[in-house]
Amino acid sequence: MSDDILFDLKGVSKKFVKGKDTITVFDGLDMSIARGDFLAIMGPSGSGKTTLLNMLGGVDQPSGGEIWFDGSRIDSLSENQLAKWRANNIGFIFQFYNLMPMLNAERNVELPLLLTRLSRAERKKNIAAALELVSLSDRARHMPSEMSGGQQQRVAIARALVSDPKLMLCDEPTGDLDRETADEILSMLQLLNRDYGKTIVMVTHDPEAAKYAERTLHLDKGVFVEKDLAA
Amino acid sequence: MKDLYLILKNLTRKKMRLFLTVFATFIAFMIFGTLTAFQKAFDSGVDLAADDRLIVLNKISFTQVLPIAYVNRVRAIEDVEALTHLNWFGGYYQDPRAQFAMFAVDAENFMEVYPELVLSDEQRQAWIDNRQGLIAGRSIADNFGWEVGDRIPINSNIFSQRDGRTDWDFDVVGIFEGADPQTDTNGVYFHYEYFNETQSFGGDFVGFMALRTSDPSKNEAVIKTIDDMFANSPAETETVPEKVFNKAFIEQIGNLSLILTSVVLAAFFVILVIVGNSMILSIRERTAEIGVMKTLGFTSGRIFRMVLAESILLALIGGVLGVFASGFMITAINSAPIQLPPLILDGAVWSQALLFVLLLGFITGIVPAMNALRLNIITALSRS
Repeated sequence: MSDDILFDLKGVSKKFVKGKDTITVFDGLDMSIARGDFLAIMGPSGSGKTTLLNMLGGVDQPSGGEIWFDGSRIDSLSENQLAKWRANNIGFIFQFYNLMPMLNAERNVELPLLLTRLSRAERKKNIAAALELVSLSDRARHMPSEMSGGQQQRVAIARALVSDPKLMLCDEPTGDLDRETADEILSMLQLLNRDYGKTIVMVTHDPEAAKYAERTLHLDKGVFVEKDLAA
Repeated sequence: MKDLYLILKNLTRKKMRLFLTVFATFIAFMIFGTLTAFQKAFDSGVDLAADDRLIVLNKISFTQVLPIAYVNRVRAIEDVEALTHLNWFGGYYQDPRAQFAMFAVDAENFMEVYPELVLSDEQRQAWIDNRQGLIAGRSIADNFGWEVGDRIPINSNIFSQRDGRTDWDFDVVGIFEGADPQTDTNGVYFHYEYFNETQSFGGDFVGFMALRTSDPSKNEAVIKTIDDMFANSPAETETVPEKVFNKAFIEQIGNLSLILTSVVLAAFFVILVIVGNSMILSIRERTAEIGVMKTLGFTSGRIFRMVLAESILLALIGGVLGVFASGFMITAINSAPIQLPPLILDGAVWSQALLFVLLLGFITGIVPAMNALRLNIITALSRS
């Protein structure tokens, strides 16, 4: 595997059993994601976008095939090993932000750092840097309920990047935002990709959002086609 | 420790629910602390009874009397170290409804039979020297405001004097303390001679005798000797160890232990349902959040421990506050003018309460913690 390849999926299949029926989402899917890539995955509902994102994030396991991440195979890891792997390597951004309502912004951002050995002082330093990056230093003590959707998503981005993950997975990150706010968030992701070298995989329905990515994959019934948006 | 902040934040996110749940636990443990103290107080009559002390009663019933002539015959038995006799007086002070334990006794020998009642040598001698003298326990003396040197009238609701009066005049000559914090100091004792000479029901009878043997191993032989001595007489005796006598006496009131345990169990059952339901609801509401935490990399085991810790902490707050409150209640009860053995909230009650708190926290937390442990991330996130 090339050093430039961060994720490599080889012959991945995913099947769900519902009663007597077996639903096949993927059957022999191959895919590579390079380091520093900003990839958008689009497709109609039920095409397998979220299932793919879940497998990339180690929250779902394939039924067959292999998933390699940074030279290590992850599809055979146990639940606990996967949890540690996620904590070390992946930052997640969700459509509905999924902040903890009882924690203020900085405590929300701190969550992934609780899984590290960093001291409280070191954690505070990292939190401050992450919040500054998303321009929310002045909102550190605000509760999620006191912030707009865009601000909450920026907190979620800060939470995703605070532990410096190799990959950021975004599931419809602008699906709950107006156009202007969505553009702000997407610009931020673009900045993280271009200036900080973060590898980003984003699932979206929105063609405008996909334009911020370097490349877009269109999924349909478990098969995807790569399209160059510039073409 | 890193998770403590999260646990506390989760615990306090719904203030009203927290308050109501803690309050319910608080009430249950206040009941527990108070009733356990009651139970221990009543049991202390049995627990603190001396192994070498025997009680000689009329075989028919302890309400029947024995001839005074028995006293010297029993006293002469080998291995009887000390002996006193006691007559229930049915005394009350000012208020007929507030009867207390008052006995006419053999003052010269009384303190040797009951060494756990601590009286100074000076007061003991003053008692022996004064036929109208009485000694009172610290608790009852404080309740009635009696002090050494006071002259007080005490009525009997059983006996009357030969001139028809039901009140006797006494000199308070001594106030005794308990050797053990749980020693009952609600008793009042006075001279048998004063009683015998003044009361109108006929004389020369005793209610029962209390004696100490030279060694508990001699009890059986002494019991047999006494009861054989008076077999087939008009007043046969039944001699029993003091523990047996006290236990039987308490059981006259009813099976207190069973009643108190039942009340405590009922309180715990109710609290188990309330706190358990509250915890299950609370965790169910947080399904999506638990999914997010798992996604971020929190292991299922760590989340399981956090939920369980939250439940235990919840029980701990209500439980500790409840036992503290029972301490205040017990202090109030002890200082109230009612005749009860001293209630004590000791280390044993605290240890028992702590054990129940941990059990309550564990039992109410285990189901939601297991639910959180088993929660599938994808299912959880789909609820967000």
